[in-house]
Amino acid sequence: METVTATLPALKTVTIDGIAVPIEGERNLLELIRKADIDLPTFCYHSDLSVYGACRLCIVDIAGRGIQGACSTPPEPGMTVRTQTDELRRIRQISIELLLANHDQQCPTCPKSTSCQLQDVARRLGVSQVRFKSVHSPRELDRSSPSLLRDPNKCILCGDCVRFCSEIQGIGAIDFAYRGHDVAVLPAFGHDLAAGECVNCGQCAAVCPTGALTPRPEVDEVWRALHDPKKTVVAQIAPAVRVALGEEFGLPAGTSASGQIVAALKRLGFSAVYDTAFSADLTVIEEANEFLRRKATGGRLPLFTSCCPAWVKFAEQHFPELLPNLSTCKSPQQMLGAVIKDTLPAARGIAPADVVVVSIMPCTAKKFEAKRPEFAKDGRAEVDHVLTTQELARMISEAGLRFSKLKPESYDMPLGFKTGAGVIFGNSGGVSEAVLRYAAEVITGTKVASPDFHAVRGEDGVRLATVTLGDTTLKLAVVHGLKNARALADKARSGECDLDLIEVMACPGGCIGGAGQPVSHDPEARRKRTRGLYDADKNLDLHSSQENPFVTECYAKHLGEIGGKRAHELLHTHYGNRRRIGDETIRLGEGPSEAKLNVRVCVGTNCFLKGSQAVLQGLLREVDENDLHDSVAISASFCFEKCERGPTVELDGKRIQRCQPEQAIAALREQLAAGKAPQP
Amino acid sequence: MRTPGRPASNGRKFEKVVTILERNGRRPARLIPILQAVQEEYRYLPQEVLTYVATALDVSPARVFGVATFYAHFAIQPKGKHLVRLCDGTACHVKDSLPILDAVRKRLGLEGKRQTTPDMLFTVETVACLGACGLAPVMVIDDQVHGQVTPETAVRLVEEVIAKEGQS
Repeated sequence: METVTATLPALKTVTIDGIAVPIEGERNLLELIRKADIDLPTFCYHSDLSVYGACRLCIVDIAGRGIQGACSTPPEPGMTVRTQTDELRRIRQISIELLLANHDQQCPTCPKSTSCQLQDVARRLGVSQVRFKSVHSPRELDRSSPSLLRDPNKCILCGDCVRFCSEIQGIGAIDFAYRGHDVAVLPAFGHDLAAGECVNCGQCAAVCPTGALTPRPEVDEVWRALHDPKKTVVAQIAPAVRVALGEEFGLPAGTSASGQIVAALKRLGFSAVYDTAFSADLTVIEEANEFLRRKATGGRLPLFTSCCPAWVKFAEQHFPELLPNLSTCKSPQQMLGAVIKDTLPAARGIAPADVVVVSIMPCTAKKFEAKRPEFAKDGRAEVDHVLTTQELARMISEAGLRFSKLKPESYDMPLGFKTGAGVIFGNSGGVSEAVLRYAAEVITGTKVASPDFHAVRGEDGVRLATVTLGDTTLKLAVVHGLKNARALADKARSGECDLDLIEVMACPGGCIGGAGQPVSHDPEARRKRTRGLYDADKNLDLHSSQENPFVTECYAKHLGEIGGKRAHELLHTHYGNRRRIGDETIRLGEGPSEAKLNVRVCVGTNCFLKGSQAVLQGLLREVDENDLHDSVAISASFCFEKCERGPTVELDGKRIQRCQPEQAIAALREQLAAGKAPQP
Repeated sequence: MRTPGRPASNGRKFEKVVTILERNGRRPARLIPILQAVQEEYRYLPQEVLTYVATALDVSPARVFGVATFYAHFAIQPKGKHLVRLCDGTACHVKDSLPILDAVRKRLGLEGKRQTTPDMLFTVETVACLGACGLAPVMVIDDQVHGQVTPETAVRLVEEVIAKEGQS
């Protein structure tokens, strides 16, 4: 008999601390080491971002190669790696010691205390003293943003924030500036964060290992309101909060803790607790109707969702011509705020000024959204304060409540009742799925057999789905990460996009990955929270927004017709153009310009792309050739916030839009001929 | 027509920026040569012009600011009419360049971190090696290289410039 010898392909392995670990597509040694359950410390490594290799903590000793950074070394078969040697230990300790030397070590008063990676790694590596004196002089805190606090004294220059903002969000609101000893992470020109193009998503804070970037707290303001006997303070809780808050009290990520959260809020002194998922149901109905109407009447498509305030600000700054494509629906936070402020005073017999609405959000951008002037009526904001999940956990701890011992309580009716459609809003794809559940019934005229639309679920940053409902085929895209959104929006702008609906969430995984969520050391946390919300949907009796009896009642009692006048007043809004750069002007004339005819040409991004440079050149030539230097002052200005009809030229205070060079010159001549220009 | 003798107007400088951007194909990869050329025009990098460059290249203003502040060659503050650069590379340093710097700064009344005189006539900088080590210590005034300078000759050279300025 013949012997058959089969050779198995040799398993490609790396020997890590004496253990053979198979290489299975890992991009670098660090991934392989972590797969072997060795949690090598790092500051600057983030699996979603490019490799930076700056913190030098993940150094390992590779036989024959010496000490290398694990994050920046691709694994090769046969490598022998040691993660622990006396030398490695010493180098890591010194790295930490040097970082601490220039670090503001006011740990007990730092918002990141106990979840700070620098603190954690210093403790783990046994750094017991700092022998070096700080050479940094204290820098001022940046409190300009309604969403974030920037404390440059705590920055360790790992660059995680810089890379997230540019690589995932495609913005680049902050970057490294200066060099060597002076290097710092700064917004453009060292201005305040709020002055620039930051969209307040807060992911910089979510990846920051220290307290250099943190959500801006509103805990004090909320306590003050709760302690004021004149005020009726009510809360609303966003879907994503319920599956994450428990993490702060030792529960696994994804555990739905609605009952305890409601109980905790009641104990803190909130007079009613409502569910933002209720107004998510309202959003579904308003937005699905808006969508189906546009689809039926040939209106502007694709329709972009507008629930995410970071995306809305991004669109205002970068895609002025797409603003009509944004759903006019307010976000669920603002819808609920508007409904509460509209109905509660009468229902309770209290003065409107004494109602305080506090929302608990997974998000830092919601803080910015609540302060937008569009969302205030008679000088009163629809939502007074926004607490992140982290902040609510802090208030519960401050009050000394034993979270896990709290007896679950229910939301207050009617604004606390929701369907599963409202709950899944917290997941990327949730808004689309909720809209589909509604649209399916409207289009087919029958109840759908299964409410689940798996086509829009998933983790990829861009997901395309084609869904056929009766005779109607809908093309959808679900994106998270604003860089992904930008790519789709570019296509929509150039007309290469045949999509009907585009859901955009700025944060990875949607709201469950928001920057206000607990700082997690569990790499699976995001996935578990997502599952938690889908499970919560399953456990509810109703899954489609149109089934919500209290929503129906709300329309009957307060809102009137779906998409009608009253509904529009309370539930819809419009967004405007917004400059992404501070109010800057390049003066192109000589001497004082007060006594001259002032001509300003917009050179903001949009007008620039539409050819404002040629307008400017034409005007400059006109002035030069006719020696008008003494009577005309030309300047280039960054954004009049009239982008959709650019290029914009302002001549003696009058705006000319869609201005071409010839038109600008003609207007200038006319103005001069009319003798309106002051004589030099 | 443009009045002769008028210094390059703001308008002209801006026209130049436009040309620089076009010449470099508005390519973000050309950011450094663009900034170099813009600085030739303005003698420094005004913030609003950096914003314009960022807009034209579709690069974030924070990134442009980062590049402009990284390289010692770039200035984000206006420089004086005359640029005095003193070499403090190894060769010049061992040939006592620092006393020369002190003397020049003292003559011009520059204190602390100040590099530019209040009348915007002079900016005094140190550079790390001009590549003329054989002439150490080296001082450059407005692209004119002076070798083997002493504190006394350096001050005299600066005074010559002041005198010329006084005549015109």
